[in-house]
Amino acid sequence: MPMDALAIDAEHLARRFGRRWALLDVSLQLRRGEVMMVAGRNGSGKTTLLRVLATAIRADGGRAVVGGFELARREEIRGISALLSHQSYLYESLTALENLDVVSRFCGAPAPSPAMVLERVGLSARADDPVSTFSAGMRKRLSFARVLLQQPSIAFLDEPYGQLDPEGFGLVDEVVAELRSRDASVLIATHQVERVGRFANRTITLEAGRAR
Amino acid sequence: MPNHRVSNLPYAFVALGVLCLLIGSYLGLFVAPPEHYMGDVQRIMYVHVPTAWNAMLAMTFAFAAAVMFLFTNDWKWDARMEAAIEVGVMLAFLLCCQGAIWAKPTWGVWWDWDPRLTTTAVLLFAFAGILALRRFVDDPVKRGTWSAVATVIAYADVPIVYYSVRWWNSLHQMQSSPATVSSAFHLPLRLNAFGVLFLMTGFIMLRARIASLRLAEEIAPPPADALGELA
Amino acid sequence: MIAALRKELLLQWRTRAQAVAVFVFGATALLLFSFAIGPNAAALREYAAGFLWLALLLSSTLTLSESFHAEMENSALEGLLLIPASPRALYYGKAVANAIQLIVLGIALVPVMIVLYDAGTMRLPTLLLIIILGGAGLSAPGTLYAAMTSQIRAKQMLLPLLLFPLIVPVLLAAVKATSLAILGDPMEQGRAWLLLLVAFNGIYWSLCGLLFARVVED
Repeated sequence: MPMDALAIDAEHLARRFGRRWALLDVSLQLRRGEVMMVAGRNGSGKTTLLRVLATAIRADGGRAVVGGFELARREEIRGISALLSHQSYLYESLTALENLDVVSRFCGAPAPSPAMVLERVGLSARADDPVSTFSAGMRKRLSFARVLLQQPSIAFLDEPYGQLDPEGFGLVDEVVAELRSRDASVLIATHQVERVGRFANRTITLEAGRAR
Repeated sequence: MPNHRVSNLPYAFVALGVLCLLIGSYLGLFVAPPEHYMGDVQRIMYVHVPTAWNAMLAMTFAFAAAVMFLFTNDWKWDARMEAAIEVGVMLAFLLCCQGAIWAKPTWGVWWDWDPRLTTTAVLLFAFAGILALRRFVDDPVKRGTWSAVATVIAYADVPIVYYSVRWWNSLHQMQSSPATVSSAFHLPLRLNAFGVLFLMTGFIMLRARIASLRLAEEIAPPPADALGELA
Repeated sequence: MIAALRKELLLQWRTRAQAVAVFVFGATALLLFSFAIGPNAAALREYAAGFLWLALLLSSTLTLSESFHAEMENSALEGLLLIPASPRALYYGKAVANAIQLIVLGIALVPVMIVLYDAGTMRLPTLLLIIILGGAGLSAPGTLYAAMTSQIRAKQMLLPLLLFPLIVPVLLAAVKATSLAILGDPMEQGRAWLLLLVAFNGIYWSLCGLLFARVVED
């Protein structure tokens, strides 16, 4: 991506589930290296917005260019982005290390070693324990590790502070700072408006699927 | 999906179809002479063969519509596919009933494992399953895509099923269906064939229209001023 | 695709207790089928092939639907697709692993069949080949449909409903070929049935690989 290029340029995004429009008309722009906070009450469409931009689900209206690619170019967008979702994306019967190993094998390009990333998120001690024994907070950390392995240029973080203890909060802040220092862009959907508001470059607030 | 002038063409097809069937059936039932070996029972051929041809035609059209939908994502193909599958399932069911009606007096059993009929029964279940699948998927895009995929897979199976049943059956006595018996009178057959064709076309068009109307509500673009919920 | 297969085999190994349960289900089915015939040795031997494959078919619905349980629990499949992982690779990894599981199950059920139905045979290599082709034939479309049905609510009902009509050729060919292997094949008909199985596998392994992406993406 050239300097100063827009990491995300979205116009009038819309998405429905059955009769309900989760996203109605959301437009936003995010520059490279910037952090944008997406705020809004439960059910306002934050998760749907992130999922549409990460190409986890399709859009039912509008268009967007993510990392220079149109939304239809899912594979390319996925290659440069990573999504931290509500779902942990973990296999219960595999250990923490094995879960990360699976991810790194699919990442292809030279990636940090799973063991190192586990260390980074503070789970080295539990590397060989099956995920089924993990608490909610530990799963969140492991999901974070997944994101770090993918070395994204654009990170979509959906409620990254959820289920974490104060130490975990610090970890999230560090990771965001690290991503930023590598010129990656970060979109954070969160309820921790004050905390994230301190370092976010921009904020967008969703209400009933619209950006206020 | 605006349909400014609702066409009456489907009704014309239905009327034409009924007319052909009336004439063809009259000729086949009362005018044509009874068949050499089987007698009057064989007259069912005048409905059985047309039904068979058209069932296959409906399924083929469903397959074509499925392929078109997978490539274009155009909703009219989903509507047409749904209509064709429903009509095809109806025709396949009729076909099996006719086969049973013919088999009982002829062979003494309700089902004679004729390869064509057995393939039809398998097709019937396969496509009925696809209709069931559609019922359980709420999202229109998923519903259209998945049932199109299932239709392609099921249709690709038809020749394989037919050959496997034929080989399987040939190890025993080779049964025949009324369709394999030749008849001197082609006119009633052709009339009925066209009759069912027109009827079927009319039904598919009407059914596709219903499907389109239902879809129109499901895939409408976001309303300009709604508050996030459709009224 | 190797990565996908590795993951599948690892997952299967971790949940191997389930495989034992499915084997017990299959063996029980074989036992129950014999009650339909009664203690008629000749008849049991004649229908052994059919019962073996029916038991395998019923067991396959268990293993196939279970194979996507781990993927849907925490949306792990979506997580992989977003890395990105190629849907085609994921399909083949899963389908091959499912085929292996079905083949192993088939092999395990053979001794049960031999004992219950007095259906022994010396043509074991042929029997193995039939089980391999039949298991693969069930797995190819079965994995695709399992992926579909695991995402909706009536999953238990819909998988057999969709799969069973489709695999009729596999059932016919496998039963016939197995029967010939057990009872004798004086006219060398077995080969034709094996070719049918090969053809079915050829068509469906390619077709389902192409279509899988449309089934798992939103």
